[in-house]
Parts: sequence; C-alpha cells; structure tokens
Amino acid sequence: MKEKIEALRAEITAAMAQTETGRALYELKVKFQTELKGIMSGMKDLAKEDRPTFGKVVNEFKQDMEEKFEARAVVVRQMEMEKKYAEERIDITMPGKVYKAGALHPITLVKNELIDIFAGMGFKVFEGPEIETDYYNFTALNTPKDHPARDMQDTFYLAENLLLRTQTSAGQIRVMEKDAPPIKILSPGRVFRSDDDATHSPMFHQMEGLVVDKGITLCDLQGMLAEFARKMFTSSTKVRLRPSYFPFTEPSVEVDLSCSECGGKGCRLCKGTGWIEVLGAGMVNRRVLENCNVDPDEYTGFAFGMGIERIAMLKYGINNIKTLFENDTRFLEQFED
Amino acid sequence: MKAPFSWLKDYVDMDITAQELADKLFSCGFEVEELVYLGEKINRVVVGEVKALTPHPDSDHMQICVVDCGEEYGRELQIVTGAPNVYVGMKTPCALDNSTVVESNPAMLEKNPDGIKKIKKGKLRGVESFGMLCSGEELGINDDFYPGAEVNGLLDLAKDAPLGEDIKKIVGLDDWIFDISVTANRPDCQCILGIAREVAAVLNKPFKAPDFSYTAHKTMAAPVDVEVQAPDLCPRYVGHYVENVTGGVSPAWMRKRLALSGIRSISPIVDITNFVLLEMGQPMHAFDAEDIGDRKIIVRRATQGEKIVTLDEKEFTLTTDNLVICDGKKPVALAGIMGGLNSEIKNSTKNVFFESAKFARDNVRKTSRALGQSSDSSSRFEKGVDAYTNGLGMDRALHLIEELGCGVVTDMRKDVCSVSLVPRKMTASVAKINALLGITVPNEEICSILERLNFKPEMDGDALTVEIPGYRDDVDGYPDLAEEIIRMYGYEHIEPTFLDCAKVTGGGLTDEQKKELHLKNVLRTQGFFEAYNYSFYSPKDFDLMKLSADATERNAVRILNPISEELSLMRTFLAPSMLGNAVRNIRRGNDEGREFEVANVYVPKNTQAGEQPEERKHLVLGVWGGKNDFFDMKGAIERLADVFHLSFTYERAEKTYLHPGVSANVILDGETIGCFGELDPSIALSLGLDKKVYLGELDLAAIADKLDDGVRYKNLPKFPAVKRDLALIADEKLTCAEIEDVLLHSCKYVTNVKLFDVYRGGQVPVGKKSMAFTLTFTPDNNVEKAFTPETLDGYVKKILGNLKFKLGIELR
Repeated sequence: MKEKIEALRAEITAAMAQTETGRALYELKVKFQTELKGIMSGMKDLAKEDRPTFGKVVNEFKQDMEEKFEARAVVVRQMEMEKKYAEERIDITMPGKVYKAGALHPITLVKNELIDIFAGMGFKVFEGPEIETDYYNFTALNTPKDHPARDMQDTFYLAENLLLRTQTSAGQIRVMEKDAPPIKILSPGRVFRSDDDATHSPMFHQMEGLVVDKGITLCDLQGMLAEFARKMFTSSTKVRLRPSYFPFTEPSVEVDLSCSECGGKGCRLCKGTGWIEVLGAGMVNRRVLENCNVDPDEYTGFAFGMGIERIAMLKYGINNIKTLFENDTRFLEQFED
Repeated sequence: MKAPFSWLKDYVDMDITAQELADKLFSCGFEVEELVYLGEKINRVVVGEVKALTPHPDSDHMQICVVDCGEEYGRELQIVTGAPNVYVGMKTPCALDNSTVVESNPAMLEKNPDGIKKIKKGKLRGVESFGMLCSGEELGINDDFYPGAEVNGLLDLAKDAPLGEDIKKIVGLDDWIFDISVTANRPDCQCILGIAREVAAVLNKPFKAPDFSYTAHKTMAAPVDVEVQAPDLCPRYVGHYVENVTGGVSPAWMRKRLALSGIRSISPIVDITNFVLLEMGQPMHAFDAEDIGDRKIIVRRATQGEKIVTLDEKEFTLTTDNLVICDGKKPVALAGIMGGLNSEIKNSTKNVFFESAKFARDNVRKTSRALGQSSDSSSRFEKGVDAYTNGLGMDRALHLIEELGCGVVTDMRKDVCSVSLVPRKMTASVAKINALLGITVPNEEICSILERLNFKPEMDGDALTVEIPGYRDDVDGYPDLAEEIIRMYGYEHIEPTFLDCAKVTGGGLTDEQKKELHLKNVLRTQGFFEAYNYSFYSPKDFDLMKLSADATERNAVRILNPISEELSLMRTFLAPSMLGNAVRNIRRGNDEGREFEVANVYVPKNTQAGEQPEERKHLVLGVWGGKNDFFDMKGAIERLADVFHLSFTYERAEKTYLHPGVSANVILDGETIGCFGELDPSIALSLGLDKKVYLGELDLAAIADKLDDGVRYKNLPKFPAVKRDLALIADEKLTCAEIEDVLLHSCKYVTNVKLFDVYRGGQVPVGKKSMAFTLTFTPDNNVEKAFTPETLDGYVKKILGNLKFKLGIELR
C-alpha cells in the first residue's frame, strides 16, 4: 500500500513539474484524485487495526499533494500570464483609433466666442431679418436717400424699398423700438453687399453691439472694447480709437487693435503700422435715438460693428475670405475642437 | 482726394515732413491712404552745363560732351549723347554714374515693370561716358511741369539753374502727393483748400486764404437773366459775365498745379475752371455768352424726351428726373454733369457766362447713373457742394481771370439763392459735451480747437455758442462739436471705463438660439462639418434639381441688381447649395464627407409692394462617398429626434432631385417637415459624379416650437433590462416600421426594438424575408423582482401571437 502511495506521489510530482497550463494541472489533479480514490478503495481489504494508520498516511499524502498542486497552480498561473503577455504584445507605434466628430464652421466659432464675451457683460442676442426695408437699413439710421454714405455700400435691392441688409445695425432700430433702455444687445448675422473680388464676398457676417442707458460715454466704449480685445486676442492687446464717420454715430471712431502677430512692432500682417483695423463704432447719433422714441437728452449710447470673417481671419490666420464659403472639408476639419 | 504737399504749403506755413503731416492728418480723421514721393524714380540726377562738344569718332550722330556738374559732382565730366539739340552752354539734367531715371522705352518697360532705368558709366562705341544727359521724358514730366519737357531731345533748363542742384528740385518733382481718404460727412475737404484748413487747425498754424478780390468793370452788354424753376434741385445759382476773353497759355505755376493733379492745361479759361474745382471744390462751368438764346438762363427739370448733346458729342434723351440749364429755347447744359456742345467755349469766344452753383447731390447722382454720363464735376456734386462756396468759388475764378489777364470781369452778377447764407449759430452745453466724451476737456482747449476750426466759439459759463462755418453743412448738434473737439484734442485722452453709470442687465442667448447651437453640436458629434453658403443661388439650380415648372421652390425673391445671374435668386431651399458643396469636394478629391448648414430660406410675399419675405430657418444635410448610405443620414436625423424628444415617422418621398426608391419624407405630428435621400442618379450622372450623394433638408421653423432638449431624469429600474433576439419570417411587402410597431406595442415592457439582420435566400421561402430584431425588456419600478426566463417566454409568446395575427409573421 505504502509503495503504491509513494509510486503515485513520485509519478504525480514528476508530471506536475511538467505542467505549464491550468488545464493540464487540472487534468493531472483529476487523475490524482481518481488514483487516490482507487488506493482508498483498497482500504476495505486491510485489517481493521491497520486502517487508522493507513488513513493517516493517506491523509498526509492527500494534504501534501494538494499543497503541491496549489503551489504549482501559482507557478502555472504566472507562466500562463507570461505567455499571455508575450502573445498579446502589440506594436504600440501603430496609429490610434479615433472616432472623428465633425466641426463647427469658424464663423460660428468666432460668433460663439464673441457672444460669450459680451453675454458675460450683460448683452442679449437679437437676430433681425436679413431682408430689410429701406427704413430700417438706412433711413432710421440717419442715412436718408440722398445721403452720400449710401455710396459707401453697394446694396442689393429686391424692390424699391426692400433690400438685403447691408449692416446688422438695422437690428438696433428694431430693438430700440421694442425695448426701453437700459439696452445691451448683440446682433449677429448675415449681411450683403454687391462686392465680389479677392478681398470681398457678396455675403459676410457682422456682429453689432448696442448699449443705451443713462450716462454712457465714449470712455465706456473704449473700456468695453479694451475688454473685448483682451479676451478675443491676448491680454496685452491694446485698443486705439481714431476719428471716422458713420451716419448713425456721432462721434464716430475707427477702432484699431495692436497687431497680435508682432505685438505692435510692425509686420506684414499690420503693414508695418503695428495696428490692425478691426471695427467701427461711435456714440449713437441723437437722430437715431429720436427715430426710436428714445429721449436723446436723457439717454446716450454707443454702438459698434465688426466683421466676423475679419476677426476669424485674424484669429486663425486665414488669408482669403473666399475659402470661408467654399466648404472644403479639408478646410473645415481644421476647426475641430 | 489727392493733395500735393507743395500746394498745401501755399495756405499753411509748415516745417514738418510729409510723413509727419500724414500722421497729423490721420490723428484728426483724415487717413492718408498713400503718400507718394513724385521723384521716387529719380536719383543722382543734377543740373549740368555743357562746356564743350566734340563729334564722336565712330558715330555720325553722337557727340562727346564735357559737362560741368559743380564742385561736388565734377567740373569736367565726359558724357556721350546722341541728342540732336545739345549745344555748348546748355543747362540740362545730368544723370551721374549709379543714378536712376524713368524708363521711357516701352520695350524695356515690359521687362522692367517698376519703370526705373539705371545709369552707369560705360563705353559708347569705345568712348567713355560717365553718365547720361536726360530728356524730360526720362524724368517722367511733361510741358506742364517744366516748359520744354516734351521736346524730342535734352531738356533745356533755365540758365539760372544752379550747377549740381538736384534736378527734382528744379522741375518740381521734389514733392509729395497725399492720397487722403475723406469721409462722406466732409465734402468740404474734397479740395486742396479744405484739407489746408484742417492742416492749419491740427498744426495750430495760421491759415492763409487765397485772394478772392477782383475789380468789376461796368458792362454795356445786355443782361443775362437767371431763373431757377427747380430750387429744390438747385438751391443756389451764381452767374457772372466776363468780357473779351482771350486764349493763350496759362502761366507755369498754374499749369504745374494742374499737372500735379493729373490735368492737362488747355486754355486759361478752362484751366481756371479746373483749378477752382481742385482748389475750392467748386465745379464751374463757362458758357459762350453768344450762344445763350434770349439772354436767359433757366434752371429747370427737363421735359420728357428732351434731348441734349454734351461737350463730348454724346446725345442724351432726358426725362423729368433730369435737371437742365436752358437758355430761352433749349437745354445748354446737363446740370452739374456736363455742358452742352451748343454753348461750349470756342477759340472765337468773346464773352463768357460763368456758372457756380449748388445742385442736389442725389439728383446729380441719379441722372449721372441713369444716363451713364459723368465728369469730375458730377462726382464732386454727388459728394455735396455747399451754397457758401458757390459765391467764394466764383470770386476766386474772377480773381484768377484778372491775374491771368485773360478777360475783363464785369459787374453783371446773378445770384439766385433759396437758402439762407447767414451762418448758423448754435449753443451747446460744455457739460453735455464732456459727458458724452466721458472726460473733461479743459475749457481753453475747447475754445482753442473750435477757434482753429473757424467756429468762432464764445463760452459763457456752461453755454458754448458757436457760429458754424458756411462750408460745414454736416454740423448740427452738440455731438458734432464733441467730435470736432476730441478729434483735435486727441483720442488718446479717452480713458477706458466700464459702464460706470449703466444698470446691470441679463445677457445671453434666447432659448431658441441655444437650441440651434445644440442642434449644430449634435450634428457635429455625428461627424458633420458645418458649412456656410451664400444666401443666393442660380435659376439654373432649379433645372439641375429637375424641379417642375410649377414647383413652389421656383417662386423665389429676385435681386434686382445681382452680381451675376448665378447669384440672383434668394434661396427657397438649401439642397442645391449643399449639392454644390458635395460636388466641389468630390471634384477636389475629398472622397467622403458629411456637412450641414443652418440658414434661412426666403418665402416671398408681395415683394413688389415692399412686403418682407418670410425668413424660415432650414437645416440641410449632405453626405457623400465612403460607406455612407441612406441610413447614415437617417441615423443623423433620428439622433436629432432623440435629443430633441421628437418622434419622426417616415414615408416614401417624391422629390424630383431624390432617388424615388431611396428617399423619405420626415413626418412629425402628421405634417411633412422635410425629406432626405439619395441624389437622383440621373442628376449624379449629369454632374459626372462617381460617388453617391445623399441630401436631406428639414424645415426647422416648422418644428421650432416642438424642439425640447430639456433633460428629465428617470429613476433607474431596480432590475436590469433583458434582451431577447427574435428572427422572423415576414412577407417581403412588410416594412420594418410596420413590424417594429407591433413589436413595440404588444408588451409594455418592450422599451427598444432594433433590427440587426435581414436575410433572403435558401432557407427562406420565396417572397419572404427573414428579419432579426433585438428586443429590450425593461422592468419598470412597479415590478417587484427581476424577469425570470419563464415570464420573458410568456411575453415573447404574446408578441409572436400578435405578429402572426396582425402581420402573418412566423418565428423562423
């Protein structure tokens, strides 16, 4: 009996050392258990007095082997992992898998950014009609029919008094007619001018801003635009006002920002001047306020208007306005965020 | 507006450089767009005197000169010339070694577009030449710049020209031209004098007015009567009679002034009218007094069909919108635009009737556009001429007639004026001016600035009284004064403040605007790129899309003055633009793509009556190439439905531009709100596309009220959802939607049904198809325990029963 046990111990131990997988070890264990069962079934043939001794031996044997199996299992698991690691080793330099989303158009991106900046300062967003009457686009904005300023803009007409708006300023009137001061609105949208060459597009976008309240000054305009410039470009961007003319503001100013490319030293982008013309602005003309039944002796205000494409071109370094309307996916995919 | 530096210096003493003046002008509102140095092409060309001449040994037309260019450049320079007019004692421009002149040879200009010719010492047929003697052409000047400049040969300079002097100083090329951008509110600055007034003000220097004086001689001539029948179009008409005019040549100073402005000298009388236009901004006209029938000038609207032949021999047929100057019988000038051929100044003209008037700018513009006839005068009138300058311009012209001695100024002056010439007075509050600016400009600064701008300010406490100069029609309120003050005081004085007085307001997007942005972002995450197209398209797009003659899309608003026919109609649907994008991308090799655009379409109402069209927001989708198919586009639309809590249904669409078998209408609450599908293959074929294009368009305006992107949390079910797959044998005619409907509504726990396989073939009877669905059963919170396989079997059995009963469907 003892010999049988020792033979089995030797056989199983030897075989165990050969096992490399959990499966083989399991099969060996099953074999061991079967054999052990056989040995134990021989116990009934033993003399009664020998049985306890034998039982003890068998138990010790079983315990010993189980410990061995457990120890081997740790080793085999380790071996298996090593093998798995080796087998599953990949070329980590292969390209990653990307799920590509699309992108919003740079005009939308800039529009959103502008809205963010000004919404934080209390501006609501108003979108007026793109097809306007002569009154809202010109007359109410202090630009009567014989006004030479009408020559500054080539207007698309649909009927005698109906036109494609040439400026989002038209929205000013609609808001002031509807709401009483304090007014702070932004009016973004499509505008149209009969101009089509390398630097002009017959359709482009503007963002108009209007503030009307008591005691609004030119200094406030300067301060607000300075804030805009810092947020839209860099914290060191400076604002310069210089005299200009728009029929609907008085005084009117042209607003230049220090060149973001060279920081004002002068470069190709700013044509060596250190400044870039970005928008037009001014104090709302009294006649415009009167046209909207706002008392110009009680309220003052300022307005500014900028080309969204112009800001986008400056911000992203786009050099041709036409590319903005070609919708080439190689262009659009550069604005993923 | 072009202003020569030298001319401005006539009115203001300046000791600053041209660039410094440009900066000053910029600061007070006059941007100098270009500052051109007239002599920029000419370098190292000096006055030389020909001291000796010897014939060239190897040439029968060249001569060897010894030229004296003064101490600095050499007393005995040997220069070879081929010019026939050279002579000993001639003073002529001498281009030294390493100098530049103007390239005058047209053949060389092609190779050398900057137009500069370099001169170096060299040998001419073996004889050394240390430079070149120059013609006027080589300096880029004509007779008006310097007498004799157009002679074929060397420029014969005046004998007093100092040796070695820079030639630019001698011939007037040492000068700068300011090309100034004048804003539309300052027509008074569309002349040299106007700019000079600003220069004097900004430099705080005295302004030296030109001479307006003349002596009026008594005339025996019969009076010419002036009658203005259309004072609305001609607020002031000043006429003056000048006798015994003579021809001849204008003096050099005047010719040069005109030349600097690009105008050739013609005769003293014509030159004076041109000069006054440049200097004063007042267009003048001169009639031959003998041609004025009945000795009458009548300013009136033309009669319908009336004709006039203008100075340039063009005939025009007029309407009552056109203003004409007539004599007793016929039109003699197209007011403000051009004189008539019948009354022009001729060599034989003895007596002249001068006109200096104000014509309404709008009318001049309209007439000029309508007739396609324009002139320097008309473009000046279009900008606006003030009545004040009418009289002054006439006085200046009369003074010049005297100065040039080209006529006798008479005492016959006619001045018909329907507007007040008394300077307007205005009183403004200093406090209000400062309040608008936000800073306090010192009182003495305010007075000084307004004084310099000829506003004659008087300050009495807060009350600032000014007299508005006659040429400043643009000023009419205190903000105008504020602008005058700040542009001279300097915008750098404006300190940034942040709405110190204003009330707090709530800002941001409206709900509708937020939803639009959300919608764009949903599409973006579906791989779509946002596009922006023009709001107009071509009538050809309708034919390309195979629209029937009575299709509603063809009813589009037309632009009266489009850039081209291609951009002449306001969009009534967006699909053609998106198709254009797909085609452009495919042709550029962008094989696969997804784009969308959100934009307005324009639904016409009564446009002619001035009714604004309805602007409706649409969404257009475009998908092309790659593995994209109908269901990619449908997926994007379904995704929108999910996010905005809409439930769309789909029906076959009939759109001329979509594949009849691969297109669907999108239906919401029984209303068709859009369609999508594959581009009709015949259109794809006509465009030569080798990729499939899918287009979709939704009327966002129609669903705006129904978009709901709010998030409402539902408690999680206590027990997990369970999935079961069912493969069904269905009749070929049954649609997925019909089956889905039964699957969804046969058991309340079915929360999702998803088709994952369709099979036709061997194991399925002919006329049938196998469709495999995954059903998701979600226990609601009333369910007390998880679904057991047995309960699920019960649900499935019920579902299968319904399928069989309603649709004759069997389990596979």
